[in-house]
Amino acid sequence: MIRLVWAQLFRKKTRTVLTLLSVVVAFLLFGLLQAVQVAFESGADAADARRLLTTARYSIIEPLPIGHARAIERVPGVVAVASADWFGAKYQNESNAFPVFAVDPARYLDMYPEFTVTPAHREAFVKTRTGALAGQRLADRYGWKVGQKLPLASEIHTKTDGSLNWEFDLVGVLDAEDPAVRGNADMVLINVAYFDEARQFGRGRTGWYIVRIADSREARAISAAIDHVFANSPDETKTQPEKEFAIGFAKQIGDIGAMVTRILIAVFFTILILTGNTMAQAIRERIPELAVLKTLGFSDRTVTALVLGEAFMLLGLGALLGMGAAVSVLPALNGKTGGRFPPLFVSAETWLLAGVVTVALALAIGLPPAIRVARLRIVDALAGR
Amino acid sequence: MSALIEIRGVTKTYRRGTERIEVLHGLDLDIDRADFVALMGPSGSGKTTLLNLIGGLDTPTAGTISVDGRRIDQLGGGELARWRAANVGFVFQFYNLLPVLSAQRNVELPLLLTSLGSAERRRRATIALTLVGLGDRARHKPKELSGGQEQRVAIARAIVSDPTLLVCDEPTGDLDRATAHEIMLLLQMLNRDHGKTIVMVTHDPKAAEYAQRSLHLDKGTLAAGSGGGR
Repeated sequence: MIRLVWAQLFRKKTRTVLTLLSVVVAFLLFGLLQAVQVAFESGADAADARRLLTTARYSIIEPLPIGHARAIERVPGVVAVASADWFGAKYQNESNAFPVFAVDPARYLDMYPEFTVTPAHREAFVKTRTGALAGQRLADRYGWKVGQKLPLASEIHTKTDGSLNWEFDLVGVLDAEDPAVRGNADMVLINVAYFDEARQFGRGRTGWYIVRIADSREARAISAAIDHVFANSPDETKTQPEKEFAIGFAKQIGDIGAMVTRILIAVFFTILILTGNTMAQAIRERIPELAVLKTLGFSDRTVTALVLGEAFMLLGLGALLGMGAAVSVLPALNGKTGGRFPPLFVSAETWLLAGVVTVALALAIGLPPAIRVARLRIVDALAGR
Repeated sequence: MSALIEIRGVTKTYRRGTERIEVLHGLDLDIDRADFVALMGPSGSGKTTLLNLIGGLDTPTAGTISVDGRRIDQLGGGELARWRAANVGFVFQFYNLLPVLSAQRNVELPLLLTSLGSAERRRRATIALTLVGLGDRARHKPKELSGGQEQRVAIARAIVSDPTLLVCDEPTGDLDRATAHEIMLLLQMLNRDHGKTIVMVTHDPKAAEYAQRSLHLDKGTLAAGSGGGR
């Protein structure tokens, strides 16, 4: 039966190949755009409900005093506090830019257990004041080896000698097993102890705090309590759950999810019209042949299944080829972003969604002609009526 | 011995808009097992309608049709489809082969409805094609065959599931005289040597001569019946 469906589908090869190509392109677009959306939402997806972010109240680029850490730690419900500061860096030339954060090694790594670091690398990072940990993908991209010097030019911070050129010791690498988190590991961590001592300006201040709380249900209350501590001080704060912060940060660029959804609705609606029309035309041309099948004893149900099978085969094949193309194109795209964008990948959810879209489209396209064929009266069809 | 096909008081009425057209008027007919009957008559006499009723493609408005003791006029759509698949082979004027399939695959089509494996389906289709003299054309698509060869493939398809009854609607209507003769000889052989009961609609008196008897329909009524053939 499958061979019969296949033969019928490719009855007019050019028409079917062109229709198939349009489906392939639609699903290629779907795979790529979903990957972009997943990448943008990866920060939010990777967010831990028991982590809060405390930034300056009016701007996230305004630094906060290091002393805030102790005050935050005293807020009931707070379990741990870590800080991070934006270093901003380029390696060798302008196009090799990636995030570099100055952190307290032990506190920061404890705060993000989703990052994997070997005990030896962790210990080396904690003990080495000039130490740096690099994301595995960055290290692979630039060919860095643990033990080498890592020269980085900061975008913001000058050293006491006025130079923007810094040098660190690469003491280890970090990675993440979860593909949704792996993009967050595309960074370099440096030891804040050395950084704070060696920088010319801004000593004693940090970019933001990451706060671990005991109970995620208390996130709002604890956020308010932290901000209350610093209310009416020169350094007021804004504390929010990590996920909200990530979503808000992504939305500074735009509501990617809504944009992607609208584009894909337009694409698939076009496919629905185009493929639906082609399918209806193909079936209309074959009414006498389908009547012959019914004459031979193919039941209404079987003939309906044959027609639906064609729709499923066309959409399924197109979806598979399109998604496969997206999967094979993404590594090249990732290479071209130079690490300035989270890694693009086709997630399991995207595959699932592609499956759902395929089934929905196949039913929408295949059902009308299938029902028509099921209702076909053999004697009328054979007589050309 | 009772007839293979027993038709009693069959009436068939079609509705065209508000008009009701009675095509068959209380027809009675018996066709014996291994009979070869030619149904003749002018256009609109109801012969194709009668053939469709005998082949289970349509149901009568009134009356009964029994084939091999089974009342097919009482069967529903699904049951009738299964009955056709098991008991009737169809041969059409314009062959009605699927152009995308090879001769072999066209012949295998009725066997897709059985539980036979692909190897057995292939074997049976090969036997049927050999029987109609096209064993060496199995891989050819219909467009690569002549009209006579296409009709032979259609006959192979009709007999591949070894049905009791062959229903033929103008099987030589699209063929030249020589090819028509070959096709009629083939049908005659299937009737004589393999015991197939054949009901054939034809306009062609020459074709009708190959049948054991001819029945004439006129305005929905059986006018006369007479045997005779080669």
